Amino acid sequence: MKEPRVVIVDDHALFRAGVRAELDGLVDVVGDAGSVGDAIARVLELEPDVVLLDVQMPDGGGAEVIRGVAPQRPAIRFLALSVSDAPDDVISIIRAGARGYVTKTISGPELADAVRRVAGGDAVFSPRLAGFVLDAFAGGPAPAAAPADPELDQLTAREREVLRHIARGYLYKEIALRLGISAKTVEAHVSAVLRKLQLSNRHELSRWAVQRGWVE
Amino acid sequence: MTAPEAQPAPLRRRRDGALLGGVCAGLGPRMGIDPLILRVGFVVATVAGGIGIALYLACWILIPADPAPSDHRLARVLGRRESWQVAGGIVLLTLSALLLFRAWGIWLGDAVVWPLVLASGGGALIWRQSQRTSVVEAPARARAKPGGGAGRPRRLRLSRPSAGYVALGACLIVGAALVFLWLNGALVPDRDVTLAVLVVVVALGLLLAPWWLRLTRGLTEERAERIRTQERAEVAAHLHDSVLQTLALMQKRAGDPREVAALARRQERELRAWLNAGSRRERGASLAAALEAAVAEIEDAHGVPVDVVAVGDRPLDEHAQALLAATREAVLNAVKFAPDAAISVYAEVQGDRAEVFVRDRGPGFDLDAVPADRRGLRESVLGRMQRHGGRAEIHTRLGAGTEVELVMER
Repeated sequence: MKEPRVVIVDDHALFRAGVRAELDGLVDVVGDAGSVGDAIARVLELEPDVVLLDVQMPDGGGAEVIRGVAPQRPAIRFLALSVSDAPDDVISIIRAGARGYVTKTISGPELADAVRRVAGGDAVFSPRLAGFVLDAFAGGPAPAAAPADPELDQLTAREREVLRHIARGYLYKEIALRLGISAKTVEAHVSAVLRKLQLSNRHELSRWAVQRGWVE
Repeated sequence: MTAPEAQPAPLRRRRDGALLGGVCAGLGPRMGIDPLILRVGFVVATVAGGIGIALYLACWILIPADPAPSDHRLARVLGRRESWQVAGGIVLLTLSALLLFRAWGIWLGDAVVWPLVLASGGGALIWRQSQRTSVVEAPARARAKPGGGAGRPRRLRLSRPSAGYVALGACLIVGAALVFLWLNGALVPDRDVTLAVLVVVVALGLLLAPWWLRLTRGLTEERAERIRTQERAEVAAHLHDSVLQTLALMQKRAGDPREVAALARRQERELRAWLNAGSRRERGASLAAALEAAVAEIEDAHGVPVDVVAVGDRPLDEHAQALLAATREAVLNAVKFAPDAAISVYAEVQGDRAEVFVRDRGPGFDLDAVPADRRGLRESVLGRMQRHGGRAEIHTRLGAGTEVELVMER
């Protein structure tokens, strides 16, 4: 299979150069951009398979790039790459349409692997993102607000189990082995969770910051 | 305070998308309503009794303008015209409005109409000059002599023609007041003074309102600026104390990659804690917070990165303490036997059930081969959990890393 073509979007030139160097030879980095406007233009022009996207940038951040590109090029996939581990940042970029979220401390080969998985249509969850999702979907269906779609507002037992393994630091292969299912099935579960994450209107997902206030 | 969301932008009259003064364009987004609906509302309120105009004018005056350069039509027209032309226009507008009222059968009488027309001209002149000076006023002019009249803000200075216009406006308003009083016969000594006092108050209000508004606005801006400066100083001080110090230290230790990584990681954690201050759980009050603190301590002491993911939380009671201590021991064990491998800690609390998984990707070991007298895992992890009604399992295989599973169900 041909290596996926990648555009790196980040407002720090030093970081772009670093990621480029790390991904060199692993995937095909075709370009980069340092601002939202520039990124939209470059991505529309280069039509990569995957865009590596910084969450926090001036002028709206990564979510704005997705909004600028996705309507015209629905086939292009986005992988968020950020130093932020604030749940509202993570959840908001996923809900904007990113297919995954990894932190900037990820190693080169791991990042390349994540890019390939996103290019192949899978979702990529970091352990922390898996934790956030479990937190958000904890405690059964949303009580007060009438859920528009109960199927979207809850995780199945299997999905929960897969997420817990991701949060514990297991790779998809290892999870498949432990749960006695195929790696493809693990990926299907993660994709289903991603869909719920993007489409569910659970209270916790929109009001995350308040939910993290944890009074009791 | 639980919501660290960005504060909404201050209410401003917007220049972009403005039709008249930018009131609706500014209010709309702030209230979450389409400006068009607001406009229709104002028009309806105007047709149904005229209150819309008064409301709109009040908003125009009270809501500060967006400082962005103005380019909407009305401002362009007004900006090009001389002050006397604007004042003349206002006079004619007032007159026509009054004539319109007469056409509807509401004639207020000469005693009201002419003073009103005069006062509108004078008022327009004064308000216009106050707007002019706010544009013209520049730091370069800040050394000019202090402003003269009572009630003027000290930063306010007028150019010579402006002062002339203001004087003319004041004369017009005072004249209007006098004409009004004279026409109503209130200047005769033995008449009631209430009317006279009222008229003087209205005239003074017209004269001084622009300066007063500018003064209060100036004070608000000054305060905001002061707060901004303070915050900036605080951020600078913090960066200096922490980040710059660490960077200096890292340059000195550049030869030792492990120590550099540890320094960077500690600084990162500190910075995150500082950034998230206020939105984070209280330190030490809950299991998750205590867990994060304990792991951070181990990271610092041994320079090994450990990732913590916590889902749910519970108060740090006796059982949670035991779970915490066992987790600590398990992490220390992982650090000792798998120092170069990634270590992750996952904690989940659901109702009364708390689980912790400590996993490393180290070499793993043969559990049966561990001598029975080795106290580390057996005593401090397994024993401790059992004493508190929990259980612990160790999953490991040579070459496949180790995972310690701790479960506490009460």
